[in-house]
Amino acid sequence: MLSTRLASRRLAVPARRWKHTSSRPPLNSVTADDVAHFAKILPQNAILSTLPPSDLHASDIDQYNNDWMGKYHGNSTTVLRPQNTKQVSDIMKWCHERRIGVVPQGGNTGLVGGSVPILDELIINLGNMSKVRSFDPVSGALVADAGCILESLSEHIAPHNHIMPLDLGAKGSCQIGGNVATNAGGLRLLRYGSLHGTVLGLEVVLPDGTVLDNLTTIRKDNTGYDLKQLFIGAEGTLGIITGVSILTPPAPQASTNVILALPRFENVLPVFKTARLHLSEILSAFEFIDREAYDLAVKHGQGKALNEQDVEGAECFVLLETSGGKKEHDEEKLTGLLETLLEADEPLILTGVLSQSPTQFASMWRLREGITESVSKEGKAYKYDISIPLAAFKEVVDLTREHLRKQGLLHEEAVKQVIGYGHVGDGNLHLNVIAAAYTSEIQAALEPFVYELVASYNGSISAEHGLGAMKAHAIHYSKTGVAVDMMKKIKELFDPRGIMNPGKVLEF
Amino acid sequence: MRPTAARLLNILVPVKRCVDYAVKIRVNPQQTGIDTNVKHSMNPFDEIAVEEAVRLRERLKDAVKSIKVVTIGPPKSAETLRTALAMGADSGIHVEIPDSAPSPEPLGVARVLEAIVKRQEGGVDLIIMGKQAIDDDLGQTGQMLAAILGASQATCASKLEVDVEKYVANVRTEIDGGAEELVCKLPAVITTDLRLNEPRYASLPNIMKAKKKPIEKLSASELGVDLTPVLETIKVTEPPKRVGGGKVENVDQLVAKLKEAGFTALST
Repeated sequence: MLSTRLASRRLAVPARRWKHTSSRPPLNSVTADDVAHFAKILPQNAILSTLPPSDLHASDIDQYNNDWMGKYHGNSTTVLRPQNTKQVSDIMKWCHERRIGVVPQGGNTGLVGGSVPILDELIINLGNMSKVRSFDPVSGALVADAGCILESLSEHIAPHNHIMPLDLGAKGSCQIGGNVATNAGGLRLLRYGSLHGTVLGLEVVLPDGTVLDNLTTIRKDNTGYDLKQLFIGAEGTLGIITGVSILTPPAPQASTNVILALPRFENVLPVFKTARLHLSEILSAFEFIDREAYDLAVKHGQGKALNEQDVEGAECFVLLETSGGKKEHDEEKLTGLLETLLEADEPLILTGVLSQSPTQFASMWRLREGITESVSKEGKAYKYDISIPLAAFKEVVDLTREHLRKQGLLHEEAVKQVIGYGHVGDGNLHLNVIAAAYTSEIQAALEPFVYELVASYNGSISAEHGLGAMKAHAIHYSKTGVAVDMMKKIKELFDPRGIMNPGKVLEF
Repeated sequence: MRPTAARLLNILVPVKRCVDYAVKIRVNPQQTGIDTNVKHSMNPFDEIAVEEAVRLRERLKDAVKSIKVVTIGPPKSAETLRTALAMGADSGIHVEIPDSAPSPEPLGVARVLEAIVKRQEGGVDLIIMGKQAIDDDLGQTGQMLAAILGASQATCASKLEVDVEKYVANVRTEIDGGAEELVCKLPAVITTDLRLNEPRYASLPNIMKAKKKPIEKLSASELGVDLTPVLETIKVTEPPKRVGGGKVENVDQLVAKLKEAGFTALST
């Protein structure tokens, strides 16, 4: 499983570390003495360490050291699972003093290796901080510990007729703190906007252990710099988010979804425009799935497929969702849209299905949300999460596939498939290259090719996944030198010792 | 004797609008029933029945003359009929009851269906229906209907083939510990089980077409059936809440807890 690419990466890392020491003293590894100190802060069952005298084996903390895709591997010896902010603060104080690198970790569902160590940094897993602190059913302000699982928060506020403003495939495992730290986008962004808008306040433990309590529930607050924004999307490089205050919208009283099969990719744009026009405020998701991605999801049993004959010759699919306050009103609008699409002189769609029950609604979403899972069942994935103009979605997938073909890498033993899917409404494409194994050859063929391609459309190399360890070196493709320098100054200000999630976002 | 020309089949599929199975049900504050202000959809077993009727037509082509769906329920049940029509049924009958009326019981439903079968021109050869509705789980209507009509019955079907020439249905039914192969003379009542098929999505063109298919509206009194319940519901309550477990630090505490709960060591 350990590919040559990873081996070479592991070899390369110490060199980076030396480079790092030129400006700052090196970071220290966790020692048995440190663990003994942590035992004064935390109960024994909140400390997982392979250092003596513990008899834990390295494999016991595998799930913390490796990301879920099996792409990024850390060598941490110690995982701490604090239960409250005070404990996090005490841990950070110690690590700051001792110059121990720290990786904050939520559900570890990230896609860019941001939540696992690069070397042997201490892992602080927030999973034990899972209490809802308060919920105001009138304003919809929810205050919760960072380790609350997104889905359990949804369930907590459901009886009050509210929903979380974000929703993503990993909702059953990902944590709200991680969502905020990575500024996760997801399926509801089209409707409710990004976390930069919905997060009302944060409680953050800074690298030296200071607690920055910004956990307000008020919506308007123009008093000075809006510091919380810095931590949203900072991927744990400026501090550890321990509490989140977030504005939850009222639950839509009626939602339904439609999958449309399109004969040509060129029709996506006109269908999107028509849908927005007809549905206006009730349009809550507009997702794009190319044919290969659809077939893959069907192959791996994700949701029930459409009738095979009906979708013959479909080049791609779109899933659109409506959510509104009144079923009849929404249905009327949706029917109007579908009639327009079907009865046009030159129909924009081949066919489609409209969910008839909550069960079908879920099954149809599964076809879209299950792609990520199907991809990992199919092989090892190189995932590129990019923002580009909608019209270029197909072109980018095709160009990447063609490029790999020219390099002689498009066959069963190397790259099996190149697929594209994503959020049309947000101009966000997930370009997935599915390989038999992670190899340095494929890696070299893809990078910087993909980044340069994205830059040529003035796009973003990371729309919603973040930079993590994967793309830290590539930040220049989307940000100017001035911006990167400014970021480095901010990092220096918050984390002068460079202990917070080292090597992520900004290189060593 | 010359064989008579094969009869063309008229299929009737009764469907029920139920609380969707994905919805968590709650007892209403009056404890007279459940909170029905939630999402509804077609009873999943009925969906299988509709699908089977449509598949029969796909296999037997013109030998299936008509597929009619019928529902007994409040005005909103019309949506359930439309879904069935979008899946491929030809026409519908809605026996409408007021929103405030109590849910009809199996015997009443069977009598309504009997009246509908009797007034169908050309008769009904095959009735395919869910083995039970997931809201009350009574599982009686199909059997009662077959008895009232004096028709054959096969319950919990997992496979259905119709031999039009011989005018029989070959049915595999699920029974305790296995399956049973039955040959039923038509007309017959077949109730569906989960393994029979996997219902399709209604496609958009068919949903549009379904809007134009006819739905006949009737009332129980027009059919001469009294739907007044014969059973009285005294009270509906939720099952006792599950009490969460506790954690113990060591074996001694565990043993103590077990003793507390009345568990003792086996005397040897």
